[in-house]
Amino acid sequence: MWDWQTFFHYLHSLYLIQGAVISLALSIGAMIIGLTCGLLAALMRMSPHRWIREPAHIYVWLFRGTPVLVQLIIIYTGLPQLGIKLGVVSSALIGLGVNEGAYLAEIIRAGISAVPRGQFEAARAIGMTRATTMRVVVMPQALRIIIPPLGNAFNGLMKTSSLASVISMEELLRRTELLIQVQFKVLEIFVVAALYYLLLTTLWGFVQQRLEAHFSRSVTASNRSRDKAARIDLSEAVLTHDAT
Amino acid sequence: MVEAQGIHKYFGHSHVLRGVDLAVRKGEVVVIVGPSGSGKSTFLRTINHLDIPDQGTVRIDGQLLGYRADTTERTAVSDTKLSEQRRQIGMVFQQFNLFSHMTALDNVMSGPVQVLHTARRAAAQDARRLLALVGLEDKAASYPDQLSGGQQQRVAIARALAMHPKVMLFDEPTSSLDPEMVHEVLLVMLNLSQQGMTMIIVTHEIQFANKAANRILFMEEGSIIEQGTPAELVNNPRNERTQKFLRLVIGGV
Repeated sequence: MWDWQTFFHYLHSLYLIQGAVISLALSIGAMIIGLTCGLLAALMRMSPHRWIREPAHIYVWLFRGTPVLVQLIIIYTGLPQLGIKLGVVSSALIGLGVNEGAYLAEIIRAGISAVPRGQFEAARAIGMTRATTMRVVVMPQALRIIIPPLGNAFNGLMKTSSLASVISMEELLRRTELLIQVQFKVLEIFVVAALYYLLLTTLWGFVQQRLEAHFSRSVTASNRSRDKAARIDLSEAVLTHDAT
Repeated sequence: MVEAQGIHKYFGHSHVLRGVDLAVRKGEVVVIVGPSGSGKSTFLRTINHLDIPDQGTVRIDGQLLGYRADTTERTAVSDTKLSEQRRQIGMVFQQFNLFSHMTALDNVMSGPVQVLHTARRAAAQDARRLLALVGLEDKAASYPDQLSGGQQQRVAIARALAMHPKVMLFDEPTSSLDPEMVHEVLLVMLNLSQQGMTMIIVTHEIQFANKAANRILFMEEGSIIEQGTPAELVNNPRNERTQKFLRLVIGGV
């Protein structure tokens, strides 16, 4: 039987809300680590030197080729065997972040490759170093392409973060399970948890829309001024029409 | 001013440049003509090491480009050093290659601000002067996709000039322009040449070459076949292949 009272009771449970906040914080932390690893790997994979390219290639291959759940368990329960002991939170952050980086590396690389070669050459011909060319010319144009898939990746990460419950990270799913062990109201409490995840991804959806609009501004800005010019022409046409 | 010696370039198995030599004096305007695939664009790109020559050297004002001068082996200089050397060489591309996310003014300012670390205000002032020079002072706030091809190419010329280069390279600057826009770009180039700019130009515009060039080179299959003043080369070519090419370019049947 579905118990509405239990459902509404846990819908505003502070314990679960805190869990959701921890999930969000974990996702943000992992995303920052992921972006750092991803950008580094993307740049390395475009290097002319094989010995720089290859490690990045192996990184992407390894972390995209194995389940993130297995990676988390290896980091938390396997590495201590080699004397590397990481806490729950660091394990979750590193596991999720490094795994995410492997996917983001491909997204970032695709974005950079989509910038026409001529842009790079023009920057080099002016005398910009490789680093300046990347920062001033290539990345701003690549961002327009990268931002939408990056936003989707973060949406995915917020849901994937629930895997950290397996290594006893007390985020939303883990807290849900702990509650259920005491309350036995399986369906109601899991549905509440699902709604919290839905709330997180929906809110992110709004943020993502804003971000996308912001980063395509130079394209839309030029379109806008063109539209404005067209409107002025139009109003002038109307004015002269009225005068005659 | 510019001295290229024994330039060889391979793309895979094809031998694109077969020992090209060129010395350009200060203020000289050199036009390179030749059929497509003759290596003229590649040669131009080796002069600023956008394409790095497999053999041979380029010197700008006596300074060896891209390699350390204190060793006999070819030891490449650092990226920072090569970038520093490239500042002396302006380049204009067939496809304009304006930075699409920047306004015309920001495009022209980008070199001084990002490379020379000129203060924005001073850079903007100089950029406006250069835009006026190419007749586009009213387009400072426009983005490249709001400009015609001819206007984009003139902004690109201003962008190259903003670095105050010692020599300007033009790689088929009018080849992707509609016919009615070719003239405005050539006019800017003619102006530059009259102001004493050292220029190396790859183009099919023989009439322009006739008017602006001190010297014309004819390239084919990776070598310079013939060179001389416009009077010598255009009106009285000695080499058979030059004659044939000119007949095709100038037109007529």
